[in-house]
Amino acid sequence: MNEPRSNPLALIAELTHRCPLHCVYCSNPLELEARTTELSTEEWSRVFQEAAALGVLQADFTGGEPLTRPDILDLIRAARAARLYVNLITSGLPLDESRLEALVQAGLDHFQLSFQGAREEVANEISGTRAHAQKLRVLEWLKRHRIAVTLNFVMHRRNIEQLPEMLSLAESSSASRVEFANVQYYGWAFANRDALLPTREQLTHSIDFLKKAQERLAGKIKVEYIVPDYYARFPKPCMGGWARKLMLITPSGEALPCHAAKVIPGLAFENVKNRHLSEIWEVSDAFERFRGESWMQEPCKTCDRRALDFGGCRCQAFLLAADATATDPVCSLAPQRPKVDAILLTINSRVAQASASALTTTISGDATEPRRTDSSAGASVAAPTESKPAWRYRPNPS
Amino acid sequence: MSIDLGSRPRLAPGCRMEEKTHEPRTLLMPERALRLNGPSLEIVERCDGQHTVQQIITELQQRYSKAEPAKVQEDILGYLALLEKERALDFEPRNT
Ligand code: SF4
Ligand code: SF4
Repeated sequence: MNEPRSNPLALIAELTHRCPLHCVYCSNPLELEARTTELSTEEWSRVFQEAAALGVLQADFTGGEPLTRPDILDLIRAARAARLYVNLITSGLPLDESRLEALVQAGLDHFQLSFQGAREEVANEISGTRAHAQKLRVLEWLKRHRIAVTLNFVMHRRNIEQLPEMLSLAESSSASRVEFANVQYYGWAFANRDALLPTREQLTHSIDFLKKAQERLAGKIKVEYIVPDYYARFPKPCMGGWARKLMLITPSGEALPCHAAKVIPGLAFENVKNRHLSEIWEVSDAFERFRGESWMQEPCKTCDRRALDFGGCRCQAFLLAADATATDPVCSLAPQRPKVDAILLTINSRVAQASASALTTTISGDATEPRRTDSSAGASVAAPTESKPAWRYRPNPS
Repeated sequence: MSIDLGSRPRLAPGCRMEEKTHEPRTLLMPERALRLNGPSLEIVERCDGQHTVQQIITELQQRYSKAEPAKVQEDILGYLALLEKERALDFEPRNT
């Protein structure tokens, strides 16, 4: 490690793992933490103070569903009192208009509403809950408040062709940002990966569409796009580099360098109940292990891009190559890249076969849903006609 | 996206200065933070919904009287355009 240690800029506060939804791509770990182990209001308040002292500027309130915490208003006030900027990432479910008003009054800076799609049926299938209609109500309430709004659409094979509808939804709302984030394959998404990965064709269409949208909406809505890294040539700089910019605190107070870090065997995590945040940042085994470059193997060790992407994601290296110090297998230079190519090949050919056989049934005439054709941007992608997958839904912790 | 010199920029919802007073100061916004010092801070401080773009330009041209006025104007418009693209500013239309 030759560079001086940076301080974290954002604190991801997983306030709870409880959630009224059961999304098949939830980034929470397969082992959810129980309500009884959650940090108290006072403990979180101390964490916010310590984080601010360490140089953190923003707190991301997430979960689970952060609004299931009855003390959410106190938590917002505590984070604001610590001079943090407060982002709330929510499904919008445990919310009514007066509670929204109270959140804004408490000092919430930025409201991020997550969507499972633009069409009710698929959205509800993905979340395992009838949640979509409530989100549309929340969008209307938000128009009456002076607060930053981002719509987060989580994209995958079952909804990627709804992109034009998702964008219209954003345009008719008060959002200044919209994020189209393809699912990343950890947690529940890894368990459901084969039904979620888009096809190459879908991806290409969506990127074209979004580039045009970005230009057209410049200055009105900031359009952000995250592609599934399985299709990329180089990995993303996951979390801005291990233990360089972000710190995540789980509902029970464990400090993690990223959402998925607990899948890596042998990492020791510290708990904010026992140690000051700055100490954890500096000396915790979990943070130190993959900081800097000394842990790298070839080809990362001598690669020109290692200061850009830090060798990619450690959790993905472990999940796909069974070695957390390996080059991220999505990298085209990685010795394990053929594994990723094999997954993509299987999925692309399976979907192609499914559409071919679906075509024969459509001709015989039982198409119930009118097929949407989009004339505007040539972005319409024929939905791969597959039957409903055998999803593994995320349960609720005790 | 050309900027109207008569419009009055102000920070968009969810964009605010960090609550401390020594430089560098930070402009906080959704998922981003911008460090501001010197001219960038002087521009943002004037994005208060009161100053018109023209007034910001005139004030800073006076303040930086050694610099070429056209260059000062160009820099300010460039910076405002960048903030607009980040969705950090709303422009109140000119009074008619
Ligand atoms: S189940 Fe869905 S809404 Fe709930 S935390 Fe997971 S991804 Fe978010
Ligand atoms: S070899 Fe390593 S450092 Fe180079 S591009 Fe691939 S992941 Fe990044």
